[in-house]
Amino acid sequence: MEDMRDAMLVGRDSEGKTVLRPTSPHLQIYRWKITMLQSILHRVSGSALAAGALVLVTWLAAAASAPSVFAQVQWWIASPIGLLVLFGFSLSLFYHMASGLRHLAWDALWGFEKPQFNATSAWIFAFAFVATAFVWGVGFFLVQG
Amino acid sequence: MAMQDKHPRVRVMQSPLGRARGLGSAQTGSGTWRLERVTAVALLPLSLWFVYVVLRLAHADYATTRAFVGEKIHAVLFLALIGSLFPHLALGLRAIIEDYVRGELTKFFCLFAVNAGCVLLALVAAISVLKLVS
Repeated sequence: MEDMRDAMLVGRDSEGKTVLRPTSPHLQIYRWKITMLQSILHRVSGSALAAGALVLVTWLAAAASAPSVFAQVQWWIASPIGLLVLFGFSLSLFYHMASGLRHLAWDALWGFEKPQFNATSAWIFAFAFVATAFVWGVGFFLVQG
Repeated sequence: MAMQDKHPRVRVMQSPLGRARGLGSAQTGSGTWRLERVTAVALLPLSLWFVYVVLRLAHADYATTRAFVGEKIHAVLFLALIGSLFPHLALGLRAIIEDYVRGELTKFFCLFAVNAGCVLLALVAAISVLKLVS
């Protein structure tokens, strides 16, 4: 082997012969846990929000630009596809927010027990859906009223 | 890598010590770790405020939007949002890139693109807000 990273996985046994060090199995070996899914979702929602930041910059730049430019951007955002994307951003935001809050709790060494992370997992999903529904409910009400 | 090799031969011209050197902590990791958390905490209230702004301005026209963003308190909060969002975003994407992008050169360019993009976008956003301050 010539790759540095592969070379790092070579050790020697008690007879002095080279052997591959044991490595941990990859994802498909493990039984799926809710925390695995949430770890992935945290990254997915974070990436989605990065795209959302792009929309925020576009919107701010348009507001600082000519009225026609702003109207164009507003039209795109208010289009069915725009609203669907916005819905995805809001769901991502509330999911990432709740999940991130748990990450902060984990950093403070709280929440590693099985009953705790099962409960927080459920709360994260519940918060994401309820908060998204609430915000869109308020938005719908504002548009109607 | 050939997994079936019972006794793999290492053809890297470097001693085991040389291989291990430089692969530990660069002594600067806690700074970025901290920045990611600090910006996360800042983004909790700021993003909730931003959701309120989006609802407030859902049907606002050009002039109303400009006046709203231009109010000093809103402009300050927008700048705070931009100032926490982009460092947080850059660190998050960096973690993903470092995990999944292989090849040092590709990784370098991905990280460069993300960081440069974040700086430029943050500047565009901040200057747009400042332009609207009345």
